[in-house]
Amino acid sequence: MKFPVPHDVKAATIPGTEGWERMYPYQYQFVTDDPVRNQYEKEMFWFYDGLHYPEPLYPFDTIWDEAWFLALSQYNNRIFMVPPVRGVDHRMINGYVYISPVPVKNPDEIGSRVPHFMERAGHYYKNWDDLEKKWKVKMEATIRELEKLEIPRLADMEDLSVVTDAVGESKGYHLLKNYDDLINLGIKCWQYHFEFLNLGYAAYVFFLDFAQKLFPSIPAQRVTQMISGIDVIMYQPDEELKKLAKKAIELGVDNAVTFSQEWTEVEAALKKLPKGVEWLTSLNLSREPWFNVSTGTGWFHHDRSWNDAMNIPLNGIQTYIQKLKQGVNIERPMEQVRAERDRITAEYRGLIEKPEDLKQFDELLGCAKTVFPYVENHLFYVEHWFHSVFWNKMRDVAAILVEHGIIKDVEDVWLLRRDEIKQALWDVVTAWATGVTPRGTQTWPKEVEWRKGVMQKFKEWKAPPAIGTAPEVIQEPFTIVLWGVTNSSLADWAKVAEVKDLSTVKEFKGFAGSPGIVEGKARVCRTVEDIRSLQEGEILVAPTTSPSWAPAFAKIKACVTDVGGVMSHAAIVCREYGMPAVVGTGHATKIIQTGMMIRVDGSSGAITVAR
Amino acid sequence: MATNLNTAAGAGSSAAPELCWLEEVRKDDVALVGGKCSSLGELINAGVRVPPGFALTTHGFARFMRDAGVSGEIPFMLNGLVHDDLEQLELVSRDIRSMIEEHPFSWEMEDAIAEYYRRLSVRCMVPAVPVAVRSSATAEDLPGASFAGQQDTYLWIRGVDDVLHHARRCISSLFTARAISYRIRMGFPHEEVALSVGFQKMANAYTAGVMFTCNPGNGDRSVIAIDANFGFGESVVSGEVTPDHFVVNKITLDILERTISCKEITYTVDFETQKSVRTETPFERQNVQSVIDEEIIELARMGKAIEKHYGRQMDIEWAVDKDLPAGGNIFILQARPETVWSEKRDKEAAVAGKATSAMDFILSSLMTGKKVS
Repeated sequence: MKFPVPHDVKAATIPGTEGWERMYPYQYQFVTDDPVRNQYEKEMFWFYDGLHYPEPLYPFDTIWDEAWFLALSQYNNRIFMVPPVRGVDHRMINGYVYISPVPVKNPDEIGSRVPHFMERAGHYYKNWDDLEKKWKVKMEATIRELEKLEIPRLADMEDLSVVTDAVGESKGYHLLKNYDDLINLGIKCWQYHFEFLNLGYAAYVFFLDFAQKLFPSIPAQRVTQMISGIDVIMYQPDEELKKLAKKAIELGVDNAVTFSQEWTEVEAALKKLPKGVEWLTSLNLSREPWFNVSTGTGWFHHDRSWNDAMNIPLNGIQTYIQKLKQGVNIERPMEQVRAERDRITAEYRGLIEKPEDLKQFDELLGCAKTVFPYVENHLFYVEHWFHSVFWNKMRDVAAILVEHGIIKDVEDVWLLRRDEIKQALWDVVTAWATGVTPRGTQTWPKEVEWRKGVMQKFKEWKAPPAIGTAPEVIQEPFTIVLWGVTNSSLADWAKVAEVKDLSTVKEFKGFAGSPGIVEGKARVCRTVEDIRSLQEGEILVAPTTSPSWAPAFAKIKACVTDVGGVMSHAAIVCREYGMPAVVGTGHATKIIQTGMMIRVDGSSGAITVAR
Repeated sequence: MATNLNTAAGAGSSAAPELCWLEEVRKDDVALVGGKCSSLGELINAGVRVPPGFALTTHGFARFMRDAGVSGEIPFMLNGLVHDDLEQLELVSRDIRSMIEEHPFSWEMEDAIAEYYRRLSVRCMVPAVPVAVRSSATAEDLPGASFAGQQDTYLWIRGVDDVLHHARRCISSLFTARAISYRIRMGFPHEEVALSVGFQKMANAYTAGVMFTCNPGNGDRSVIAIDANFGFGESVVSGEVTPDHFVVNKITLDILERTISCKEITYTVDFETQKSVRTETPFERQNVQSVIDEEIIELARMGKAIEKHYGRQMDIEWAVDKDLPAGGNIFILQARPETVWSEKRDKEAAVAGKATSAMDFILSSLMTGKKVS
């Protein structure tokens, strides 16, 4: 398969963005002045990581990319010694992240890594549940530490206690140190993130692989169905909304909860009612930690949590109150999900003829079931809970930069790299200590304005799905799972990418996420805020969905996403609700417009647009 | 019922019926009614919707051959033939076949067949019900060349005279040059060949085709593959068109793949002549899906039940009757064991390979990697 040369793509700089490279770490650049590195880059296969980054990265948000660049690679290559693969290399063009798994080429080296891998990975698989318990303790301690972390403001005169307690340190020093601590906690959290993840993915992906070897036509969604029905905390935020909806009806405050879409108005009205106060108490219990769920994937600063944007969970509660009043059952049909899982598993199992295959099937299925909760649950701990708290701590840092004239608005901070922020903080604290004006007050506002313009241009740019040279095989589990790197999906993407005018596309394909065929009116929702406009019975078309989108699924009859595989949120939820889903289409939100009639075939993965 | 009628018509005894209804036989009755008819009987008794019909048994066949004087004549005519003398084989074959086709059934047998045919028409509530007349060979399990393909099928046959005529044509197909040559080469005595003829109500097929209870492309047992075209299934069976192709998940009964082909040919009935005809499909229908989703799923459900009944993968012919309402209009016309993939799989090594634990398998899979291109 032919893909563009990375350096050609990069060389076609968008006018007005010249010099954008300084917004990102230098090692992320495709280079032309280093022949060896240039050659390496040309020979590698680079995927646009659209699953995690549907939009270009803001300079600060690069933190999580660097964090997982390190974490995933170290676990593969230095800790578990995955025999045929090292880490995953990263590059960036116009703010879009491209990744490439790095193979171990020398067969002898691969061989010598095998016993280490068996010992090390084997230890984790064998002791999975115990180690996962320890992980939760570590992770929760890290989040507590983050929550306690104080970002001090710089007073004109330090408190007297600094003298009387002989602290010996200033708030200026604390600001620098705590900023470092904040960043370090983030990086640590991501160290934990990958402790289990790749092994989890490996167990899952090779169970899938085994099932597909036994049954070449088995849809991936049916394999994932065999490990469905396991309780995971990723669904808890949505469960809390349902609980609160029921509670509102029970207490008779449902009218107060539903009379406005504005949380402040609803809250004020509830405070006037005795039962309303009782309901608010229940709400506050749900909020920690469950409303730390992000309204996006949690990967970006603009992914606010429910706690930050209470109108969103309010909208969800209102949807559920409405459903309950209509007499609709809003519970997840877990009994059915489990019964269907068991039926499907038993039927497929019944078709396996050879005893050794049957044994291996059971082993791999067991292993996949063991790793499944972690693969889902880590998302809540890291991407949602930790990140939501983290972004707000960063806003505290930004407030200080605003106060000292480095940036004009708190939200400007994301346009700085984290090391630039550190530098700016030094500028601020030394100027504060000295009693002079920070130099950055004259340089940063201008730079920030320019970067905003660059980001806008980046957003309008269409990142090619893949660049470089396609290898024959990919051996890196994370890459295999998340990007569903199969011949067909790349070919399908490439086919659509060749079409100049997307408004002429009538048919395209994605992954069959949840079976069934439905025709209906499309509603394109780019963010979770847009789900308010969803009408009953529409088909949701979204870049991707996350648990905070859950209430939308009570209204729709099918779902289409740009990114995600059969394990993505949209696919899992649609299977539970028994409605079709096609996921990972690459371009659905660009091809489909709200109001269009579309046909979603969740069994074959085909989308047809009526034009 | 069959035996009573036989006795009444004087055409045979209950011990060796010369005619019988399809529902009176089971899959073990190959010696009596051949492979096709015994399999239809088995299906009917398994509760599968099969068009009703009857069979001229091998006893009936033997009696015809005796009555016609053919059985005495044939060894004489075949004497001294060698299997690779094609010219001579063709000549003898033509003589034997015209002898069979021109010779009437005895009046007892004619009456008996006519009476079965009349009753079938009454059962179907169609005067002079159109039937498919098919030979049903007893020797289909012989290794090598199968006789089945060499024997003829006649579609949309109406009226006693035509039914009788085509029954004889089926019988005569036992004596094609190829069949004779094959028997000589294999040392199979000609006087031992036997044949049954099936007469089955013809579904007025809106669409028809074949179905495998595995994926013929890769042997996957978890799916059912269905090929379909408008009209009678002959266009699909003979390979004259590229049919529509569907892959249905056997476990969840949803359609995984659908390929709609350009289907230029339809076999259907010319209502003027009451004959089966091969026609060009109207242009605007050529690229239209020939079988609706609900029927595909119902077919798969039936395929799954048939496979379960036989305990093995099956190769099935089916039709959707346009004269009957939805819900009762899908018919199974034939079912036989699939052999290619079942045998291949028996010989193949386990997918698990040498890996005995999940960890082993994960390692070996990591080493192999996933193909990209």
